[in-house]
Amino acid sequence: MELDLKKLNLRAINEKLQNLDRKKNERDFKIINPEGSHALCAGLTENMNISIKGHVGYYCGGMNQNANITIEGNAGTGVAENMMSGKVHVKGNASQSAGATAHGGLLIIEGDASSRCGISMKGIDIVVKGSVGHMSGFMSQSGNLIVCGDAGEALGDSLYETNIYIKGKVKSLGADCVEKKMDKKHIKKLKKYLKEANINNIKAENFKRYGSARKLYNFKIDNLSSY
Amino acid sequence: MCGIVGVYLKTKKFEKDLGKILSGMLNNMESRGPDSAGFAIYNNENEQNYKYSLCINKLNFDDFKKEINGKIKKPTFNLLSDHVILKTEDEPKKVIKIINSEFPNVSLVGYGKSIEIFKQVGNPKDVVKKFKLETFSGSHGIGHTRMATESAITTDGSHPYSTGEDECLVHNGSLSNHNNLRRELKKKGNIFNSENDTEVAAGYVSNSLLNNKSLKDTLISGLKDLDGFYTFITGTRKGFAVVRDEIACKPAVIAETDDYVSIASEFQAMSHLPRVNSAKIFEPEPGIVYSWGN
Repeated sequence: MELDLKKLNLRAINEKLQNLDRKKNERDFKIINPEGSHALCAGLTENMNISIKGHVGYYCGGMNQNANITIEGNAGTGVAENMMSGKVHVKGNASQSAGATAHGGLLIIEGDASSRCGISMKGIDIVVKGSVGHMSGFMSQSGNLIVCGDAGEALGDSLYETNIYIKGKVKSLGADCVEKKMDKKHIKKLKKYLKEANINNIKAENFKRYGSARKLYNFKIDNLSSY
Repeated sequence: MCGIVGVYLKTKKFEKDLGKILSGMLNNMESRGPDSAGFAIYNNENEQNYKYSLCINKLNFDDFKKEINGKIKKPTFNLLSDHVILKTEDEPKKVIKIINSEFPNVSLVGYGKSIEIFKQVGNPKDVVKKFKLETFSGSHGIGHTRMATESAITTDGSHPYSTGEDECLVHNGSLSNHNNLRRELKKKGNIFNSENDTEVAAGYVSNSLLNNKSLKDTLISGLKDLDGFYTFITGTRKGFAVVRDEIACKPAVIAETDDYVSIASEFQAMSHLPRVNSAKIFEPEPGIVYSWGN
């Protein structure tokens, strides 16, 4: 079914997708003329395939559960923020805070993601085919952030247990983020994600893994004088 | 939150449509700034004369015309809402002095050989309509929709700010060291008409340009001297530049084709631009100055 944002307003489209007519059992949708609208396809809860033809604004696919959303263009701030499950696939670039605070699901970005990609992520898997901007993975808690290009300044600052895999250069690491050993277990896992994102020309072995040094976890008596 | 927009035409193809393009962009940025709006248009048609953009507020236009006629050489007037574009051969020094000393109810919004500036309190859609932006043509233009934060909702508090000949600046964000910087710039001779932080940034740019620094170098040193959050768009007679602070919390997206480059706070402001879907679309990187023209 085709949904045209020039004919239907944003709320009408979102409500339709949030309250699927079970009798019709229609699960494939195409959205045309998004023209940078905000919060498109936010709060979906059911299995369905959506293809958005064009660029979207902020928070596209936010809070998503189960739905499979493809954006044939660029995405604004906070694409797939707080996603719980399902898949969001951006064919162009993503703006800042892509996949922020998301608990689950898969976010694939074909182009670049700007600053704070995966900020405070809590279990989502993010695959970026291009590069990510500064402060990516900031305070991220769990999940995997996989970047085939480079990473900007302060990667993984104050992170907890997220695994970050970067193939290119890292401009600088944030506080408590360190490079870690890649063992067979990690390579196997990484291969699975690269396959899921349809990346065949890059070897998992060429990535470097980053994670928490776990030095900010507990209060240190040596720092008492700072308080 | 505020909305900023700008278009710089690389070819003459869309010169007649500049006003139409810019008004669409401002209308689409209403949600980011419903308090006031303004725009600056650069048009290099008549370079002998100076154009003074004046806000006459509640003053009667005929009274103003009558009173200023004998004082300024061959003036022509174009009235749009409460703004008057006054054209004359007379140099800025003389005209500014006359306006400041003899017309206390008139404020100078901007001046130069190319620039025309209009700004007013109210919803962007109404402001754009009142000033008939759609009818303007030109080479480049900059606009702003304001959600007021650090100073009052007044025409003086609206953007763009113009603090030098053919210069203007719009801002999304807030500056934290504007009071100090204002004091320093006042000592250097800058004049400020409001308590607004953006006016200080505009004054900083004007001061630097007066000292023969290029617009690009000015904005590069601004990254060190201006403390706060910002995306700026600045315009000069033949140039146009964009910069975001290093933290880059304030959004910006650029669309570039062979015919134009446009920038806006959000992509939706540009969705009506000619062939925008095939344009090169990217976000300006933090702390990097992007400029076009001279």
